[in-house]
Amino acid sequence: MPTPESAPVLEVSRLVKSFAMRQSLLAALQRKPALEIRAVDDVSFTLHRGEVLALVGESGCGKTTIARTLIGLEEPTSGEIRFSGEIVSAQVRRARAGLLSLDSGEVGTHEHMTMPHMSLKRLRQHAQMIFQDPYESLNPRATVFDIVAEPLHVHGIARQRQERLERVRRALEDAGLRPAESFFPRYPHELSGGQRQRVVIAGAMVLKPELLLADEPVSMLDVSIRAEILNLLSELRRQRGISILFITHDLGTVSHFADRIAVMYLGRLVESGATGDVLQRPQHPYTRALLSVVPVANPRLRRERVILQGETPNAADIPAGCRFHPRCPVVMERCRHEDPPYASVGTRHMAACWLLEGPRR
Amino acid sequence: MQEFWSQLGRKLAALWRTFSHNRMGMFGALLVTTAVLVAVGAPYLSPYAPSEVIRDANGRGMTFASPSVHPPLGTDDAGRDVFTQLVHGARISLMVGFLAGSIAMFIGSLLGILAGYFGGAVDTLLMRITDILLVIPDLPLMIILVATLRNLELHISPLVVLVLVIGLLYWTSTARLIRSQVLTIKERQFVARARAIGAGHAHIIRKHILPQIMPLIVANTVLILSTAILVESGLAFLGLGDPTKPSWGTMLNFAFSRNAITNGAWWFYMPPGLAIVWVSLGCVLVGNVLEETLNPGLAIHHLEDESRMVARRPEAAPP
Amino acid sequence: MTEAPLLSVRHLSVDFIMQDGQMGHALEDVSFDVFHGQTLGLVGESGCGKTTTLMAIMRLLPANARITTGQVLYNGQDLLSLSERQMRDFRWKEMSIVFQGAMNALNPVMRIDEQIGEAILLHHLMTRSQAARRVGELMEMVGIPRERAGQYPHEYSGGMRQRAMIALALACAPSLLFADEPTTALDVMIQAQVLELLKQIQEKLGLAIVLVTHDLGVVAEVCDSVAVMYGGKVVESGSADSIYNAPQHPYTERLLQSFPDLNRPAGSLVSIPGTPPRVTELPPGCRFEPRCNKRIEICATTAPVMLETSSGHRAACHLCQGPAARF
Repeated sequence: MPTPESAPVLEVSRLVKSFAMRQSLLAALQRKPALEIRAVDDVSFTLHRGEVLALVGESGCGKTTIARTLIGLEEPTSGEIRFSGEIVSAQVRRARAGLLSLDSGEVGTHEHMTMPHMSLKRLRQHAQMIFQDPYESLNPRATVFDIVAEPLHVHGIARQRQERLERVRRALEDAGLRPAESFFPRYPHELSGGQRQRVVIAGAMVLKPELLLADEPVSMLDVSIRAEILNLLSELRRQRGISILFITHDLGTVSHFADRIAVMYLGRLVESGATGDVLQRPQHPYTRALLSVVPVANPRLRRERVILQGETPNAADIPAGCRFHPRCPVVMERCRHEDPPYASVGTRHMAACWLLEGPRR
Repeated sequence: MQEFWSQLGRKLAALWRTFSHNRMGMFGALLVTTAVLVAVGAPYLSPYAPSEVIRDANGRGMTFASPSVHPPLGTDDAGRDVFTQLVHGARISLMVGFLAGSIAMFIGSLLGILAGYFGGAVDTLLMRITDILLVIPDLPLMIILVATLRNLELHISPLVVLVLVIGLLYWTSTARLIRSQVLTIKERQFVARARAIGAGHAHIIRKHILPQIMPLIVANTVLILSTAILVESGLAFLGLGDPTKPSWGTMLNFAFSRNAITNGAWWFYMPPGLAIVWVSLGCVLVGNVLEETLNPGLAIHHLEDESRMVARRPEAAPP
Repeated sequence: MTEAPLLSVRHLSVDFIMQDGQMGHALEDVSFDVFHGQTLGLVGESGCGKTTTLMAIMRLLPANARITTGQVLYNGQDLLSLSERQMRDFRWKEMSIVFQGAMNALNPVMRIDEQIGEAILLHHLMTRSQAARRVGELMEMVGIPRERAGQYPHEYSGGMRQRAMIALALACAPSLLFADEPTTALDVMIQAQVLELLKQIQEKLGLAIVLVTHDLGVVAEVCDSVAVMYGGKVVESGSADSIYNAPQHPYTERLLQSFPDLNRPAGSLVSIPGTPPRVTELPPGCRFEPRCNKRIEICATTAPVMLETSSGHRAACHLCQGPAARF
């Protein structure tokens, strides 16, 4: 069980990622400011070695964007990402070019530039991503062997055939596909959803990364298959001490093996804390609502479900005040105008809600 | 490497199985195969040399002799055997069509991949070039190009000129097609995965994009071949071919200019015309079926086959 | 239940002729009943035949499928003996279906209200203005705001598309609604909204619903009775209560155990090893036997028969019958 003292594997500070909307010619001529979609708006968190952090939220809250930014598929608009203490250098380059403002205010200073930094290429040897759709994330025309060996090939590791065979075999076995050799020549369409996801995990583990970004790894699998994959991830964490950022919209999936939970809404974190704390003493109304609708396999259980009306608003149209206020079941007047601060509500338990200040209702 | 060949073998076998069930496709394949065989076996099939004049019992050239047992397709205005010219013409037509088509496919695929994958300025530039070429009418442009190249006295064979001109102008539709496919593939999750792993552009194009568009390229090649043969025939008919090595189009040119029509010598202009149709049709049929087979999304399902839906009389229900 | 069921599927078997000529037994001897105003959950892993069952009932199977035996009795009438023409009268007017993957089932170039209107006009002798009014009613029933009714499918979010699909399915006021994985690929919150909507509609219209899903949580939320399918067969059926609290079949037990439960103490989730059998390679005895943790000798050789274990609760397992019965 990781302690606060164990070295942080991932430190995200004030990350912002905006997408600019295409402007019509007319609007451009009128010099109107381009519409900006802030998919990720000032998010900070830390992931320690061997820890599993669950990032929970509905579609459109920005959690996938965070994962894509961390792995380098998107460039951050501002903010800092550190991996094992080293700044991921795509940002350093942009900072130099004045395109990126690092909040520390040390942009361009000699001290900042001499801090150790790592390239995206190196980052990808230490951090790997697992995508959501096991039917789509595998090249249908590549064999299982090719798929799992690809990271080795790309990074020029294990060039000898024998070594490569060995590493792929180990990766497949660790992912639970035995006998590994029988899977080498097979194609994705010959495998079940669960097996495919294991191939994806094998492909992610073959480089022995320290960090795994799992984007909804079980959402597209049958409920009965989810257990296998979750157990596998849990096992990998236990054996290898890898850290996992587990992204999902379903709290029920993570309750079993996440150490900490962070809840996102519309680009911001609204609550975070140890799993036990968040599940048993949820502070934010959104967290409470999410918890109340987690499916339960018991028809006799009559529970109070807080079914929020409507959908997550468009990120281009963020409500004023507290972003959650239009859907909040306990909204107050203050919430419509002022954005609550993300503050501490317990031991390493944070939440952003006006209800937490002063007398409770 | 061995694996690659055995895989390929398996894929071809599977392809053949589905293909062979399609009557249209098989018919088309038959047409194309016979044409190719004729072209290959031309010297053996033709009873005479192409420029040999057939003389009758009196030693005079048999001009515009009508078809009979011998010669089977009659003679042209100079007494040369039409059948011989036909089979030799097959060689020229098919070869020019094949080479020109291949060049067009290669250029089209390359540019389509580059435009689709890199997007941005590369895409815009290539697509504007494509648009310009698409806008200019083909035939006048080709006539001008061929004529210009010939006048430059570069001592290139007229057939080579034809191959180049057709090849360099007919890649546009392929480029567009490939580009739009690449755009779709680029967005698929397995490409994102490859990028997340850290793969570079060359790797992604080679291992992820190319295998996906290969079926499309293959199917499209066959169709482009058909177009190339037709275009070559058209240009040759206009006199831009090589008269010393007549293709079917050139034969039509001769027939026209040497008054075969007014003389009623249908055996001179109909066979080459039919031959062109024969091969083009064959290629199109094969190409369509290949496209359907290799791209399962295009398959047509029959919704209303009643005979298959109704249950037979149910057996007595078990106790 | 003394009243007659609205839909009674009896011993339905479906075979598929695969591309290479092999015969796949997709469904075998499937039987269940659906009563007025009740929801039946058809539960099972992907590939167990649940969607095929729906398609067979609606007579929408692909060309290479054959219904080999069985009856589908709707209000006593056997649908399988009807001609295609007669069947069209049933489709949408008596029974309709909310397809899996709403995006693919909606026409992307037609406005939503037009599509629903089309369904109405195809079946009823309603005038256009009457149909338009009905479309408005339906939209309100499913909670789509009026001002968005004229938009295109791509402008809708996943949850809204699902609502549109439900409105479409209700267009001709059917008595029986099939819902094929209506909440898969939706976020939990939207899932809760859609299920709530289905419950409300059922209450309001007295609909019977057959809900096909792999998600036990969904079934527990809305279903009155459950039929569990595996390998093309129904292995257990009964009321939701008895299935969840006293499962008889080992497969049902394992399914329930593999479901993540917030209230259970943290620990490893139970998973079912192995994969379901292919329709062309079915085991000779019980189809679940290779993966069963409670198998006995007879299971590999003889297929168990569906027998009643307690009132209204039936299971097909050797362990529930005869001297080896567990109770």
